[in-house]
Amino acid sequence: MELEKTYHKYDVIIVGAGLAGERAALAAASSNLKTAVITKVYPTRSHSGGAQGGISAAIGNVDPEDSLEAHMWDTVKGSDFLGDQDAIELFVEEAIKTIYEYEHMGVPFSRLPNGKIAQRAFGGHTYRRACYSADKTGHVLLHTLYEQCVKHEVSFYNEFLVLSLMITDGQASGVVAWDLRNGGLHIFQTKAVLFATGGYGRAYKVTSNALSNTGDGLATVLEAGLPVEDLEFVQFHPTGYYRQGILVTEGARGEGGHLLNGEGERFMKKYAPEKMELAPRDLVSRSIWTEILEGRGIDGKDYVYIDLTHLGAEKIMERLPQIRDLAISFVGVDPIKEPIPIQPTAHYSMGGIPTNKRGEVVIDSQNTVMPGFYAAGEAACVSIHGANRLGTNSLQEASTFGRIAGNNMTEYARKTEFLPVDEEAVKRAEDKVRKLLENDGKTHHYHYKKELQETMYEKVWIFRNEKDLKEAASIVKSLEEDFMKNVKIDDKGMLFNLDLQEALEVHNLLTFSQIIIAGAINRKESRGAHYRTDFPKRDDVNWLKHTLAWRKEDGTIKFDYKPVVITKYQPTERKY
Amino acid sequence: MKKTLEVFRYNPEKDEKPYFQTYEVEVYEGMTLLDALNYIRWELDGTLTYRRSCRSAICGSCAMKINGKTYLACKTQIIRDIKSDHIKVEPLPGYEIIKDLVVDMDNFFDKLHRVKPYHITHTPPPEKERLQSPEEFHYINEAADCILCGACVSACPSAWAGKDYLGPAALLKAYKFCADSRDEGADERLAIVNDRNGVWRCHYTANCMDACPKDIKITDYIARLRNMLVQDKL
Repeated sequence: MELEKTYHKYDVIIVGAGLAGERAALAAASSNLKTAVITKVYPTRSHSGGAQGGISAAIGNVDPEDSLEAHMWDTVKGSDFLGDQDAIELFVEEAIKTIYEYEHMGVPFSRLPNGKIAQRAFGGHTYRRACYSADKTGHVLLHTLYEQCVKHEVSFYNEFLVLSLMITDGQASGVVAWDLRNGGLHIFQTKAVLFATGGYGRAYKVTSNALSNTGDGLATVLEAGLPVEDLEFVQFHPTGYYRQGILVTEGARGEGGHLLNGEGERFMKKYAPEKMELAPRDLVSRSIWTEILEGRGIDGKDYVYIDLTHLGAEKIMERLPQIRDLAISFVGVDPIKEPIPIQPTAHYSMGGIPTNKRGEVVIDSQNTVMPGFYAAGEAACVSIHGANRLGTNSLQEASTFGRIAGNNMTEYARKTEFLPVDEEAVKRAEDKVRKLLENDGKTHHYHYKKELQETMYEKVWIFRNEKDLKEAASIVKSLEEDFMKNVKIDDKGMLFNLDLQEALEVHNLLTFSQIIIAGAINRKESRGAHYRTDFPKRDDVNWLKHTLAWRKEDGTIKFDYKPVVITKYQPTERKY
Repeated sequence: MKKTLEVFRYNPEKDEKPYFQTYEVEVYEGMTLLDALNYIRWELDGTLTYRRSCRSAICGSCAMKINGKTYLACKTQIIRDIKSDHIKVEPLPGYEIIKDLVVDMDNFFDKLHRVKPYHITHTPPPEKERLQSPEEFHYINEAADCILCGACVSACPSAWAGKDYLGPAALLKAYKFCADSRDEGADERLAIVNDRNGVWRCHYTANCMDACPKDIKITDYIARLRNMLVQDKL
C-alpha cells in the first residue's frame, strides 16, 4: 500500500495547541517566523480548556503580603523537594509577567471591587494567589491565545496526529504527521520543533483527562531514542465526579467546600489539621482513599462527598457556575442543595520530556541539549512540579514556559538552516500506519486500552507496592507484545479514520505506561504523588534525584538518574 | 435496560448515499450519549466516526442532533435526558458532512475570524493590569462561556437561509470584545457586523439560545450589538 506524502517547510513547528503550544506559536509568529501548529483537535478543543480554578502568580491583589519567596517555597515544598529550584525561581518571577500579559491580551478575569484581578485560595499555597475567571480559567486563557494566534496568522494544521520526530545529524529537523481528515503522511521540515503534546492521564481508567490525552509526544520521543523524566509521578486529583472522574475544581475547596466521609465527618482534620481541605493534592487524595479503604466511604462505597451547600446559592452561581451545571448533568446533584459524590481521579503528569529552564530538551543526566528541540507544558518536565504539582501552577507553567521556550526557539531558528529530511523517521511513521491498515489481527485495539487502564487503576494507583507493580509490568509488556501481533482496526479507509487514530494512541499509551510502572518499581521511597506502602518514607539519601528512562530497540528500558537542582531550600519534613 | 440507537452513517469513500444504522445498547444510570457512541465504536463497530475529546462540555467537539434537537453528546444523559427508548443520532444540521457524524467546521471558524475576534487596544498598556469593575466583567463573562461547538449556527433559520450570514457564534464573539471595557476596537468590529449578513440578518427566533449547551443568551447579545450600532448612529 502506497501512502500519499506531502512536504512542508516552516521556520518552526509546534506540536499541540494547548496553552504551551499556542503561547510558543505566538512568540514565533509575532517575530515574523513562518510558524505552524500541528494539533489533533481544533485548537480551542485542547485540554488546557478543561482547567477550571485558576492560574497562580504572587501579584498580591488580595493578600499583599504574598511574595516571590512565598510562591517559590510553596512550590518547592509542594513538589516534595523534587522540583528543580533554579527553574522554580524563574517560574515564580515570570509568572507575574505572564498574568499581566494575559490581561493585556484581553483575558476576562474575575475582578475585585477595586477593579484588579481577583485571586482565590488553592491547596498548598500560603496566600490567595490563584487568578481566575469564575470556574473556566483554562477555557478563557485558551480562547484568548487562540485569538492572538489568529491575529498573528499562525498556520494551524487541525486534526493532524504526530507520528515521528525527525532528527538529522543530532539536531531536531521536523516531524512526520498523519492527516486525519484526508489520510496521508505530511512531512514537516523545520529549523526548530516544540512538543506541547500534553499529559498522560488516559493511561488510567478513572481520569479527569480528555480522550485525547494519550501522551503521544512522550511515545514519539521514546521511539526516537530520547529519554523521558519522572513518569512515575502521576497526580491524582482528589475530586473527580464519582464514576466519570471528570474534574470538580479545587477552587470548590478554595471557596470553602468541605470533604465529608460516610459518617458525615470532615475527615481531613485527621490528616492535615492545619490546612484541612486545602492541603496539597497528593495528601488529600491519599486521605480520601484511606477513608474508602477503611470502609468510611459513603455507604461503604468507593466515594466521599464534597459539600458546598453552606456556601449558599449566590456564591456558587457567581464563582462555581460550571461545577453546578456539570454536577446536575453528570451526577444528577444540585450542589446548592446536596453534597457532590466524588473520588480521586488521575489528573496530571508531573513527568515528561526533560528540558532545562530555557525549554530546550535535554537528553542525558549531564543535561546535554539536543539542538532545535524544545518542549513545554504538561508534556515537558522542567521540573517545577517535582513529585507533586500545586493547583494553578500548571496553567502558569504551560503559559510561562510556552513563552520562554517559544522565544528561545525563535532565536535559534533565526540562525539555523533547514536540514535534510530524516528518511528513517519517515519510514518509522509510514510503517506504523501501514501496519495497522494492513494487519489482519483478531483483537480490536480497545481491548488493549481497557486492559491497560484497568491494570493501571488497580495496581499503579494512589497506593503502590512492589508485588502489584511487578504484576502490572508483566501485564502491560504482554499487552504490547500481543498488540504488535494481533491488533485489529475495523476501518481501513483514508477518510477521517478515527479507528486508526485511536489504535495509534493505544500503542502510545502502552509504550510510556511501561516506563511509569518501571520507574515506580525502581523508586523505593514515598515522595509526593508516588506512594509505596512497602517504603512509606521519603528517602533523600538515595532518591533525591530525577528518573531518566530510555526505551531500547528491543523494548526493554534503560534508566539513569540526575540530581535535583537545589539552590535556596534544603529538604525538610513536609507537614501541612 | 436496552435502548436503540439509529445512527446516521455516510462514508463518501464507499457509500453512494447516507443511511441509518441501528445498534442496541445496554444503558445504565449515568451513561451519556457519548458513552453509548464510544461503546458502539469500541465494542461493536470501529468504523463509526464522530468527534469527541473532553467529555465535560468544555471542548465543544461533540455537538450533534439527538432526536431532532441539538445537544452535546457528552452532556446528555441517555436515561434521564432522553425519555424515548429509540434514539436517532444525526450530524449537526447545516454543515457539510465529512463522514458519519463529523461535519466540516472550517466555514464556521472562517466566519469567526472575520469579526476581528481578538482584543484591540491602541493606548499602551499599564505596567500592571488594566482595571475593570466586577460589573464590567459581568457584561462579558457569560459571552466568554462560548465553546465554539457550532450548535447555535446549526439551529439558526437565518443561517440556513443565508450562507454568508456571519451567524450567532461570530456575532457573540464580536459582542464579547465590543462590550469589554478595556477594548478599543469596537468601531472596527461594528463596521463589520453592520451588514445585511451581520446583525441585521438575525430575526430573533432565539433558536440559538435554545440550542446552546452553555445556556448563553445569544440573541440578547446580538440585540445589544445592534443597540451599540444604533446608539452610534444617533
